[in-house]
Amino acid sequence: MKKISTKAIAFYGIMAAFSLVLGYIEHLIPLPVGIYGIKLGLANLATVVSLYFLGAPAALTLNFIRIILSSLLFGNVLSLSYSLCGGMLSCLIMIAVKHIRGFSCVGVSICGGVAHNIAQLAVAVILLDNVKIAFYLPVLVIVGAITGLLIGLCALPLVKNKYLRSSYGISE
Amino acid sequence: MKKNDVILLLIIVVAAAALFAVLHFALADSGDFAVVFVDGEEYARLPLNEDAELTIKTEYGTNVLTVKDGQAYVTDADCPDKTCVKTGSADELKSIVCLPHKLTVTIESEGGR
Repeated sequence: MKKISTKAIAFYGIMAAFSLVLGYIEHLIPLPVGIYGIKLGLANLATVVSLYFLGAPAALTLNFIRIILSSLLFGNVLSLSYSLCGGMLSCLIMIAVKHIRGFSCVGVSICGGVAHNIAQLAVAVILLDNVKIAFYLPVLVIVGAITGLLIGLCALPLVKNKYLRSSYGISE
Repeated sequence: MKKNDVILLLIIVVAAAALFAVLHFALADSGDFAVVFVDGEEYARLPLNEDAELTIKTEYGTNVLTVKDGQAYVTDADCPDKTCVKTGSADELKSIVCLPHKLTVTIESEGGR
């Protein structure tokens, strides 16, 4: 079995706590937009950062833990199904985009935001059994791209941080 | 932030805006009839391409439905809250509902989508 360094364990814990707090802060900020399903996706910041420092399996695991805990703390079963589909698809897409050359974490985050909203809309279409709400798709795609951009810009200084990079053995 | 990120963002936004425009025009064309239901039963079916005014008088109350420039909206009602008047025009996604008069106005297209 591969040994996990103490540093990695600490980082996992910090990231899990970080994402939960971000999720909580998000619940506290009421958005003035009246369209259902629009939110900042602050917790995605933790996913992006852990994806860059701990790798794909860690990002997926942390994301899963975050969604389960966050739904237990602030949500219900219904919000769990939305978050789980949105969060996991967005995480998988971000892992894929990270492997494409030429994209920084901003591009990765944008794709994550868009994927998250598309997945949630798909769940809504299935759960509400109403195809007509799919017409919200363009709006949600644009909103996902914008929130993804903001989250990506926030993650950029963290990902670029020389000290963090060297302690995780990332050169370039 | 790299150049590709900016290009990606622009492509996504432009594609979504184009999709929005296409859907918007597709919807604007697809609504053919304003269908009035009272108590779950079809009461009237007005084609949207000709202007008309219909007074719907039932045992529950009276509503006036106006069709103008391809838009259908309730212009008057004798209910206290006037929610149906405030709703504005009905479209493919939005129905007009008047709860006290058990009346709904939905937009349907020829194909009965």
